[in-house]
Amino acid sequence: MRLAAVDPMARELGLVPGQKLADARACVPQLAAIDHDPVADQNLLERLADAADRYTPLVALNAPDGLTLDVTGCAHLFGGEAALCRDLLERMRGAGFTARAALAGTPEAAAALARHGRPGIVPPGGEAEAVARLPVGALGIDASTALALTRAGLKTIGDLASRPSDLLVARFGAGLATRLRRVCGHEDARLTPRRAVAACMVERRFAEPVARREDLTGALSLVLGKAAASLEQRGEGGRLFEASFFRTDGVVRRIAVETGEATRDTAAVSRLFTERMHLLDDPTDPGFGFDLLRLAVPRTEVLAARQVLIDGRGEAERETTALVDHLVARFGRSNVLRFLDRPSHIPERAEVMVPAIAVGGGSYRSAGPAAARPLARPLQLFDPPQPIETLAEVPDGPPASFHWRRTTFQIIRAEGPERIAGEWWRDGEDMLTRDYYGLEDREGRRFWVFRQGLYGRETASPRWFIHGLFA
Amino acid sequence: MTARRDTLAALKGTLARLERGGMPPASPHAPSDGSGLVPLGAAGLDAALGGGIARAALHEVHAEAPVHVPAATGFTLGLARRVAPAGPLVWVRQRFLDQEFGRPYGRGLAALGLDPGAVVMVRVRDAEDALRATLDAARCGAVGTVVADIWGAPKILDLTASRRLSLAAAESGVTVLMTRAGAEPEPSAALSRWRVRGLASEAAEGGMPGRPAFSVTLLRHRAGIPPRDWSMEWDREHGRFRERTALPGRLAPLPAERTAAPPVEPQSIPFRRAG
Repeated sequence: MRLAAVDPMARELGLVPGQKLADARACVPQLAAIDHDPVADQNLLERLADAADRYTPLVALNAPDGLTLDVTGCAHLFGGEAALCRDLLERMRGAGFTARAALAGTPEAAAALARHGRPGIVPPGGEAEAVARLPVGALGIDASTALALTRAGLKTIGDLASRPSDLLVARFGAGLATRLRRVCGHEDARLTPRRAVAACMVERRFAEPVARREDLTGALSLVLGKAAASLEQRGEGGRLFEASFFRTDGVVRRIAVETGEATRDTAAVSRLFTERMHLLDDPTDPGFGFDLLRLAVPRTEVLAARQVLIDGRGEAERETTALVDHLVARFGRSNVLRFLDRPSHIPERAEVMVPAIAVGGGSYRSAGPAAARPLARPLQLFDPPQPIETLAEVPDGPPASFHWRRTTFQIIRAEGPERIAGEWWRDGEDMLTRDYYGLEDREGRRFWVFRQGLYGRETASPRWFIHGLFA
Repeated sequence: MTARRDTLAALKGTLARLERGGMPPASPHAPSDGSGLVPLGAAGLDAALGGGIARAALHEVHAEAPVHVPAATGFTLGLARRVAPAGPLVWVRQRFLDQEFGRPYGRGLAALGLDPGAVVMVRVRDAEDALRATLDAARCGAVGTVVADIWGAPKILDLTASRRLSLAAAESGVTVLMTRAGAEPEPSAALSRWRVRGLASEAAEGGMPGRPAFSVTLLRHRAGIPPRDWSMEWDREHGRFRERTALPGRLAPLPAERTAAPPVEPQSIPFRRAG
């Protein structure tokens, strides 16, 4: 067992990461060691990245303990680069972290400086000079390459940069040369942000933290208005709206609402958000209010001017869509559903229920085979079918009575069989054929049952199932 | 000739509204004569109801026992089909009912003559959510009917809740049909209250099961229509109810699990015997 990380006090006592735990205990008998939990570390880093979202939407993880922020064009919002760095460090310190920040022209240079060099701001074009004194290990290369370079007498990045790069490529591969160029600021690479950057994004900062839900809702509708104006300029409407609320202590809450069709209707979207604003409340950890609100529209679609139909049918359709959006905001996407038919003749596969927000109305095409028979298809379907015990007059006839849920039903009328074979292309050859019967008992209860397996041909003792109830 | 004159009058009305600047909202509801009553198709029942069942109102349908829930659901959907043949149908349903009675099946709806593509299912956890969803849907004028399946007698479903529903229905023109099971009928603001029991169908040719049949009891109607029983069946081809005609020689719909039928009172003959 080795030490994964040490705190400042342990470092002063001479312990270093990578040391054996037994050795460390021999040096410091009162050492308090905690199991390393990489998943928890990762989650913590993700939370910090969420909190850093307030500075720029372009945040990337620099595992295991770093974050890279692309603040191009963002610094002036915080009063300049220096003020931004100060603000960031202060927040980190406030949350109990020891942090170092460096700002440079390329992500690699900034990472090398923050980890190994002097934190601070590198003037434009000064990267090569700033990193020249750093050890080659700061390039972020593997240990064996670093060792080989050190043995060759190339101890600092400056040493390495003064050599012709074709020699380095010949000995260590192109990776090292690229890395060197990036760290020295000769080549820039784009950051891959953790969260996709939405096409339309609007923010609002509060001078004082806001905690009341009504105030936040009001601020959100103002922001929505701005977003709608920006969408209108582009001739688009949003399908998905995501509001991020940044709490002063670094916690970020996100609320997303979805609409059935592209919209710029501020009032309607605001109403949908109102349904979900209770997600901001956290009774165990209320915090001190939110100081930044950001609205992103990650999914947009072209929103053409609408043709008003003379019979007003378009209006009715829009009202239905609005109702579905409202119900989705209230009860969740997976609880507001529509029927969608599938190309399959197995009854339970012939249709699925899909979120109503994803499909429009009228998407159901076929009514199934022979819908005109009274016992064609049941009104309610058991999924999966439930086993029953039957008593039949002849082995391959309809049941004369069956036992289900502790009750025996005496059948007076039967219809069938309707034979439905398995789908060999999906289930393989050994899927048993089903013979479906519509049954009716004396009290007018009507059942849809099937016998699984052809008697004598596929199985010697077929089992019976109830699959549905008719009206 | 009259039909053509009616069409002409309706078109003239539409034009007048257009000229006034308003777009007429498309009505998902069945055409009616202005009284707001939709005939069910069974002549005796329609006559007793004074023309049919009222739109833009709350109606309750009780299943006589849990085993009759499918029949009650079928009757309710038949009503929905009559009231708003093409309009969107919002079906609010408690989630556990899917385990009990199976999940609603679109092809089965089609087999009853409804359009599965027009149905929006809302699956909710409890009666409180069911009532909220029902109220939301009842306030949206574009909806044809709202069907709400509510199990048992939840406390939240009191007189206030049902009055709120029927006010919303009256305002928006949506018909709200509430299916109840496992509950005793109790006072509510519903315009009418029904009790439904499944009935053995009249055999089709070959002794096969026929059209779905119901024994329907009108328990209460706010217009003071006296309680009565009807035997009806649903005719999917024409999308209407039909009164059952008890034909001799058919199987009597005698309940199997009862020991005996309740004793029939000797009826007093309304005629005076001569002589």
